[in-house]
Amino acid sequence: MIITLDNITKRYGSFVANDSISLSVRSGEVHCLLGENGAGKTTLMNVIYGLSKADGGQISIDGKAVQFASPKDAIAAGIGMVHQHFMLIPAFSVTENVVLGLEPTLFGDRLDLDAARKRVRDISAQFGLEIDPDAPLEGMPVGIQQRVEIVKILYRAADIMIFDEPTAVLTPQEVIEFFKIIESLRAAGKAILFITHKLNEVMEIADRITVLRHGKVVGEADPATTSSGELANLMVGRPVSMLVSRTEAKAGDVVLALENVHVTDGTSKLALDGIDLVVKAGEIVGIAGVHGNGQTELIEVIAGLRPIVDGRICFAGGDIAGISPRERHRRGLAHVPEDRSIAGLAVTMSVAENMVLDSYYEPRFSRFGRIDWSSVRKAAAQLVSQFDVRTKSVDASAASLSGGNQQKVVIAREMSRPIKLMIAAQPTRGVDVGSIEYIHKRIVEARDEGVGVLLVSTELDEVLALSDRILVMFDGRILAEFDSRTADRSLIGLAMAGVVTQSQTHAPEIAP
Amino acid sequence: MTTDIAVRPAGFWRSELAGSVMLVLAALVTALVVAALIMVFSGVSMPQIGLALTSLATGSFGSPQAISETLVAATPLIIAGLGFVIGAKAGLFNVGVEGQILIGGMFGLVAGFSFPDLPMIVHLPLALGCAFVGGALLAGIAGWLKVASGAHEVITTIMLNFIALRFVDFLLRNPPVQNPERSDPISRFVADTATLPKLFAWFDPSMRVNLGILLAVLVAVFVAWLLWRTTLGFEIRVMGANQQAGRFAGMNTARTVIVAMMLSGGIAGLAGATLTQGVLGRASPDFAAGLGFEAIAVALLARSHPVGVVFSGILFGALTAGGRRMQVAAGVSLDLITIVQAIVLLCIAAPMLIRTIYPFLFRPARES
Ligand SMILES: Nc1ncnc2c1ncn2[C@@H]1O[C@H](COP(=O)(O)OP(=O)(O)OP(=O)(O)O)[C@@H](O)[C@H]1O
Ligand SMILES: [Mg+2]
Repeated sequence: MIITLDNITKRYGSFVANDSISLSVRSGEVHCLLGENGAGKTTLMNVIYGLSKADGGQISIDGKAVQFASPKDAIAAGIGMVHQHFMLIPAFSVTENVVLGLEPTLFGDRLDLDAARKRVRDISAQFGLEIDPDAPLEGMPVGIQQRVEIVKILYRAADIMIFDEPTAVLTPQEVIEFFKIIESLRAAGKAILFITHKLNEVMEIADRITVLRHGKVVGEADPATTSSGELANLMVGRPVSMLVSRTEAKAGDVVLALENVHVTDGTSKLALDGIDLVVKAGEIVGIAGVHGNGQTELIEVIAGLRPIVDGRICFAGGDIAGISPRERHRRGLAHVPEDRSIAGLAVTMSVAENMVLDSYYEPRFSRFGRIDWSSVRKAAAQLVSQFDVRTKSVDASAASLSGGNQQKVVIAREMSRPIKLMIAAQPTRGVDVGSIEYIHKRIVEARDEGVGVLLVSTELDEVLALSDRILVMFDGRILAEFDSRTADRSLIGLAMAGVVTQSQTHAPEIAP
Repeated sequence: MTTDIAVRPAGFWRSELAGSVMLVLAALVTALVVAALIMVFSGVSMPQIGLALTSLATGSFGSPQAISETLVAATPLIIAGLGFVIGAKAGLFNVGVEGQILIGGMFGLVAGFSFPDLPMIVHLPLALGCAFVGGALLAGIAGWLKVASGAHEVITTIMLNFIALRFVDFLLRNPPVQNPERSDPISRFVADTATLPKLFAWFDPSMRVNLGILLAVLVAVFVAWLLWRTTLGFEIRVMGANQQAGRFAGMNTARTVIVAMMLSGGIAGLAGATLTQGVLGRASPDFAAGLGFEAIAVALLARSHPVGVVFSGILFGALTAGGRRMQVAAGVSLDLITIVQAIVLLCIAAPMLIRTIYPFLFRPARES
């Protein structure tokens, strides 16, 4: 089993997203596709999966030329794809989700779920997926949902499996589990195409590596003989520093202080259970923790998107209970939401419109309720070039941007006005190494200019690289505090699992 | 899953205009062919069918008189369609247009007969303003319910339609609205000073087209301006595109939803005024007669674009006016027109259908 791409070309108007790309994947092989944001990786996968039509080139499977008019044809040819955004129905069970679209029927059109259930169980056992066929999708962790997607394509007997940034949404623990699954798929002889921006993952899992830049193949590499530095260099076309260079923080006045903050999760369960927290001007405070331990609620209560049940939040000198999110923005709060497509962007609207989503009403963009689009577009164009957002124009819809470039739009917007505090939740999710370097640099620059930064990331490396102080959240509380100069990875890891020794216990300074 | 998302520059409508017009024309031709086939199968003779189709054409655009009737029919459709568009842009499916037409029309009517001594320059705008307020209040209830309790606007506006219908009925049977000279539920007449003046009465007194059609164009320009040039319009469009992103960006989503709903209803209310203060001059039970639902179709046909609504409103108006002539001249039921309208809509809602029937029209496969 071998799938070969021969000179695949895909254009969007005059823009060449894929420029004569050739590569092949054999069964029992993990082929990693690397490249900057907008290099054309997703585009290429969509061509393979029949979601979009190539303008030139040939795909063949086992030497036989194939042509896909739709994903249906691709699936019939044994290709499966796990999209970055899962396509599952929460109200359905695992089995129902898996059979969706090719429901097995008994005589008389009765749905035969029993057979399906058995196959789901078999597949799950064969590849170590540990999926309960009858579990409802509702409320499942992302990592498990992803496995359901994997079952879904295995159920359709896929031999060629495409994963588009599968690890971007996973916690480090889930990534480890996920790699075990990939190993077993490889052992079973599947041909795997894997896209990621994380070079350490590539070094760990890849059998072969292809690097794309500006829609072209710029290099192939063997993980045995290459290094992540070399790969980064190849991707971006210049040396990339993976360490953030920063000086000692010069912490100033307190900009944000939380005292004994309690918040519920919408029902009556406490999501934040007595949070004390201080962020000073000119320092980066990192929140580490496994996803779902109250980080989302913490961010939202500070941004004014969630009511506070008990406690006090002071921002820029005053209590901000009952103050609207808009007014918080005005007082200098910036917020990079953790999920750009849900809360960060209106993707059907243009890049320019997204750039002013929270500042359109300011005098520089509007007068007497009338928006001055020429100044909006000018400002947007400037941000686009300043943050190196790859887009055809500021009038292009945000949906036409690659994932990483969408993220840069959000970051650019939030850093485009004078701010005192920046909440950065997963600021580099899905962003390529070159841009990570850039975004990190901007965050450190903001800090040096006296902005307080609250960084929330499930990526421990990122927290370690950027933070001056590290707080670990567990079960709605801040469990431990570390000084990043002396922090020990394994101790932080333990704290993330809820284990602390006395000396690390978080003892907050109380705001004046 | 769509991956080939067309890039929409600011002049999106212009670039897509040719394709859209082509699509509508093809849909219309298809619908007429189907209508002819239906007549064939229901035993209408060939000459009769020919007469029906020609009178459809002459009755809508064949004479100044016909054009006047087309515009008369189009006026409330355009305005109410524009009301629906405002809601749609905010992600709200305002099915309550019908009820808002009724209430708006009644408000305009009451203001229209209550101040018989005002000069027209004051009275007419005042009555129109009242109509706007009436529609806005009714829709505002649905907006408020949505924000306060999460009740879906489709449900609440349908309910409010019934309430509006019964409320109008009640008003028509009681003083001061009921015409004192009548025993049936018919209202007083609107004073001349609050009546939309006929535009071509000097040319031919039987031409009923009135200031309402200009009002419709004005409202279209206003809606387009509001949506794309103002901060409120921006907020409304963000609500429709991604409400969560708007909330995170600090927009007051509750306020925007209510305001959008009220604007939507207010404009629908104006459409009601073009009936009571226009061609009808008074109100009778259920004077909206389904116009509100037809207006939703008009808005959808225009893919919720304000300028498009003017044209799709005229198309539907032409079908109505022509249909009436067809009924008189060829004895074909007006229901046939409803079928034609439905097929046009169907073809627009499923553009692939038209592309499949007429591949040659769309030969250079337009992939973003
Ligand atoms: N539907 C579209 N219309 C126009 N341009 C598009 C469209 N889809 C993608 N593009 C452009 O093609 C280029 C490649 O996009 P693609 O999504 O393949 O990038 P990518 O390599 O997957 O990036 P990322 O790592 O950020 O996800 C981008 O510059 C993008 O703007
Ligand atoms: Mg991508």
